[in-house]
Amino acid sequence: MNYIYDLHRTMMSQKLILVYDGDFTQETTKSILAMAERNLDSSGEESGIKRKVFNVMVEALQNIVKHSSEQGLTAGSLVSKSAIFMISKDDKKYCVMTGNPIPKVHVEKLTGNLNDLNSKDKEGLKEMYKDIIKNTQISEKGGAGLGFVDMARKSGEKLEFAFHSMDAEYDFFCLKVNILREKE
Amino acid sequence: MEILNLKGTEDTPTILLDKKNGIFEISGRSLPEDSAEFYKPVIEWINAYSSEANPTTEFAFKLEYFNTASSKLILDVLSALEDIKGMKVVWYFHDDDEDMEEAGQEFSELVEIPFEFKTY
Repeated sequence: MNYIYDLHRTMMSQKLILVYDGDFTQETTKSILAMAERNLDSSGEESGIKRKVFNVMVEALQNIVKHSSEQGLTAGSLVSKSAIFMISKDDKKYCVMTGNPIPKVHVEKLTGNLNDLNSKDKEGLKEMYKDIIKNTQISEKGGAGLGFVDMARKSGEKLEFAFHSMDAEYDFFCLKVNILREKE
Repeated sequence: MEILNLKGTEDTPTILLDKKNGIFEISGRSLPEDSAEFYKPVIEWINAYSSEANPTTEFAFKLEYFNTASSKLILDVLSALEDIKGMKVVWYFHDDDEDMEEAGQEFSELVEIPFEFKTY
């Protein structure tokens, strides 16, 4: 039973205030948001920062919901559909972090998109946002293709990401979005 | 015309479209799972209204928060309003909410409708 204490200590040392691992639906999204919001409210966080954290959380959670439903994982696969969502908080910043399986065939395109986003400044991101919103139809999954752009704009920070190989078909996609608590 | 009155929930906005009393307002939070489905009746209502619109219309957006999937649909709502004569959009934002103010400015650059900005 050591892992109970180990997990608890990891959460403390990494300053995690919320961790959810499992299946993601709109219902779990709403529950997680409500919990995180209560936490932000009770900590008396400044409203501007609170809104930005909430904003990034919504887009991160809805990304997982959309992309976990599209994966017809083969029966008996060792790869689980389940994903992870966490928030950490220290004196300087909040971090919204997600991890979810994605097919290896999508890794190259996603890497390209994220690197492209990270190369843009504030104005560049704004142009990108306007261009996408004007020219894109909502996909069947309900996505407008704006989630990452919005997370980059609202946080004002580069999106950190990494991929870990799970099996021959899937990688685990890790994303970290930092929201600074101190205004520059 | 029938009044369109949708009560807000934790992830959908309150919507009141009332031609007779001249109230046109979308307010609250908008982060539905299926934004296209949610806004469908709103856009249908506006399309019906456009053929028998009041001489002037003030359409209020008083949003606390919306997700990116909703932003696409808000643009669709604005596009539907664009062809109506005497249309004006009033975009409300909390006085410390720069992101919501900027979002309104961006929408105003994407459609040919006069925008008025107000804080609440």
